Amino acid sequence: MENCYCIEPQWPADELLMKYQYISDFFIALAYFSIPLELIYFVKKSAVFPYRWVLVQFGAFIVLCGATHLINLWTFTMHSRTVAVVMTTAKVLTAVVSCATALMLVHIIPDLLSVKTRELFLKNKAAELDREMGLIRTQEETGRHVRMLTHEIRSTLDRHTILKTTLVELGRTLALEECALWMPTRTGLELQLSYTLHQQNPVGYTVPINLPVISQVFSSNRALKISPNSPVASLRPRAGRYVAGEVVAVRVPLLHLSNFQINDWPELSTKRYALMVLMLPSDSARQWRVHELELVEVVADQVAVALSHAAILEESMRARDLLMEQNVALDLARREAETAIRARNDFLAVMNHEMRTPMHAIIALSSLLQETELTPEQRLMVETILKSSNLLATLINDVLDLSRLEDGSLQLDIGTFNLHAVFKEVLNLIKPVTLVKKLSLTLHLGPDLPVFAVGDEKRLMQAILNVVGNAVKFSKEGSISISAIVAKSETFREIRVPDFHPVPSDSHFYLRVQVKDTGSGISPQDIPKLFTKFAQTTVGPRNSGGSGLGLAICKRFVNLMEGHIWLESEGLGKGCTATFIVKLGIADQSNESKLPYTSKIHENSIHTSFPGLKVLVMDDNGVSRSVTKGLLVHLGCEVTTAGSIEEFLRVVSQEHKVVFMDICTPGVDGYELAIRIREKFAKCHERPFMVVLTGNSDKVTKESCLRAGMDGLILKPVSIDKMRSVLSELIERRVLFETS
Amino acid sequence: MEVGLMRRQWIQYIEGLIHEGTLDGQYLQLLQLQDESNPTFVSEVVTLFFEDTEELLNKLRIAISQPPVDFKKIDDHVHQLKGSSSSIGALRVKNACIDFRSACEQQSPDWCSRCLQQVEQEFYGVKEKLSYLYAQLEKRILNAGGSIPADLSF
Repeated sequence: MENCYCIEPQWPADELLMKYQYISDFFIALAYFSIPLELIYFVKKSAVFPYRWVLVQFGAFIVLCGATHLINLWTFTMHSRTVAVVMTTAKVLTAVVSCATALMLVHIIPDLLSVKTRELFLKNKAAELDREMGLIRTQEETGRHVRMLTHEIRSTLDRHTILKTTLVELGRTLALEECALWMPTRTGLELQLSYTLHQQNPVGYTVPINLPVISQVFSSNRALKISPNSPVASLRPRAGRYVAGEVVAVRVPLLHLSNFQINDWPELSTKRYALMVLMLPSDSARQWRVHELELVEVVADQVAVALSHAAILEESMRARDLLMEQNVALDLARREAETAIRARNDFLAVMNHEMRTPMHAIIALSSLLQETELTPEQRLMVETILKSSNLLATLINDVLDLSRLEDGSLQLDIGTFNLHAVFKEVLNLIKPVTLVKKLSLTLHLGPDLPVFAVGDEKRLMQAILNVVGNAVKFSKEGSISISAIVAKSETFREIRVPDFHPVPSDSHFYLRVQVKDTGSGISPQDIPKLFTKFAQTTVGPRNSGGSGLGLAICKRFVNLMEGHIWLESEGLGKGCTATFIVKLGIADQSNESKLPYTSKIHENSIHTSFPGLKVLVMDDNGVSRSVTKGLLVHLGCEVTTAGSIEEFLRVVSQEHKVVFMDICTPGVDGYELAIRIREKFAKCHERPFMVVLTGNSDKVTKESCLRAGMDGLILKPVSIDKMRSVLSELIERRVLFETS
Repeated sequence: MEVGLMRRQWIQYIEGLIHEGTLDGQYLQLLQLQDESNPTFVSEVVTLFFEDTEELLNKLRIAISQPPVDFKKIDDHVHQLKGSSSSIGALRVKNACIDFRSACEQQSPDWCSRCLQQVEQEFYGVKEKLSYLYAQLEKRILNAGGSIPADLSF
């Protein structure tokens, strides 16, 4: 035996110990071998493990340790040298590897430790994120609640519903115990409990508005926590034992319509706030969290807006109701006015007819009466009746005209007329009066005043007559001068009336009529009242039979003719000048032939002369005969005369186109005469026209003439114009109705 | 004196006659019949009137002074006179004739005589005035080379 360093193991002596060592080594080796296998298995499984090299080393170390322990098994018995050598090699290797591993571990253990810390860190972070996630989710839910709440609040415009809904939704969202709203009273000095969540009928508590806690809440736009003991928060009688939940109060601005005038959101311009008080459930450990407070603030703002919308809506509804009422009232008023106007027009129409008919009867019959044989006293009476009824008729016409004028329903009757003739007519009408009063009357017609004009002849004459009549009425002596000229632009400068700028044109001219009198004049203070209805002058001659309407109507006519009228006077006793300007149309030649036919003599002038017309005049009165002959000669006829019926019948022939017979001589029977003439001219169309001249206009004569087949009847005295129109009629129409 | 003034005088004279009722509008009508072809128409007719009326008045005087009074005849004459006077526009004469006719209807001789006197008075009045007109005023105008106005307007 060589150096065997092992004690000869004697099985019987330490056999048990040896046996145990043997088994332990075996198991150790087993374990040592299985560990790397496990490691390899797990390393293969996980791809991430960074320290493979370490594992390999560690594996090697373990394997070698195991090998060592395994080889140790053989050393328990006698073993050869190779075993010893192997054992030694293994041990050496193991020593090397383990030292290497130990050295390696020194490097890697800190790394491993830091991995551990990082892991810890990450875990913390994850926990934190989890928490934040939870928070966000809560907030998200809160936001959803707010939106839903807002939606609920804004879905109605009824004030009461808005507030109730707010409380209900808030209570539900935040799981509140109690929620209350305090509104300011009308006086603004107290807050009154208006709405609560759980109490059906708020008792009507009021608290003064200037409590410090309230002022504190009102001065901030945030939701503030307040003490549960404050009067606004003590809504329910507390049983005593439980701890009241936290209470939060927030202000709700009550916006007024006027706050929305400014563009930016109304800040503190409103002074009225309501108070919303929210109480968390008692006995819960809940606390008001920030997001909940924010939610409350948002809701409060929304409520404010919703309330203001409701207020605006109320306002506009009220305005609309008011307008509707006004409309109804206006409609009623309008209908009443229309009814009144219609009633007045009906009245006027009826009165027009009713008043005029009797007047016409009176006037017509009086004038007929005048034509009969009367004693002088009777004549005087009839004349007075006629004068008075004419006056009355004028008055009625004036009043009716005036009301039509005021109405604006009066329209001018435009037609072509002879302007010069109008003035002559006026002169003729006024002349008798001026002769009686010994006033001198002069008329001056301007050299370029057209003979014919287009306008309302009747009303122009009325206006001129009125003005001239006034001049005559108010003058006791002296002279009246009438002048009528075409107004040129120089004359317009005289007009001291503003706003009157007449512009003559090709189809119109302005007629200026001025009437000067040397009468009693008008005092300056009366001048403005001249044209007012029913006003008489206060000084000067008293009412001399006028209604005071004359100038008023005159003015209206002048205005209708687009003109102007004014009076000037230097004072009492100094006379008066009345001037008016009216617009008339210029009549061209073609208008003249369109003159309408009436039975009035002055307007029918188709033929001015009848050259060569052979006529026969029968009249036994030499003077009459000469006058009639002169008349007919003047008109251009060839006149033969006869002094008696026999002579007449002898002379009359087919050459004569017209015969004039005077039958007012007693002993002449018109009827007989007509028969005899007709006999003489058997064929009708060769017969001359037979015209009777007579001085009396009684019906019997007229009827018998007509029955006898006379072509016409003229009343003596005959004027030139009358004769002219008679002849025209006969020539034109071959027939003549009675003229008077 | 210049023509214009004479003419104005003439106009005023005639206006005066009309004013006092001696003449009426018929005379003016007659004036209008007077023109260059017939320059003395008016005076001729008036002269004729004067002559006729003189005759009639004579007849009337005779008829009234002889009883029994033939009122019918008197009425005829007065009718004639009325016609003539109204033809030339002698208003007063005509009115007197109308009264005369009423008297005739009443058949009262006294009243008739009174009316006759009235008619005569009026007639001689008119005759005098118109004679003056023709003999003085119109002659003057014609001598001065002017023409008698045809109407009373300027």
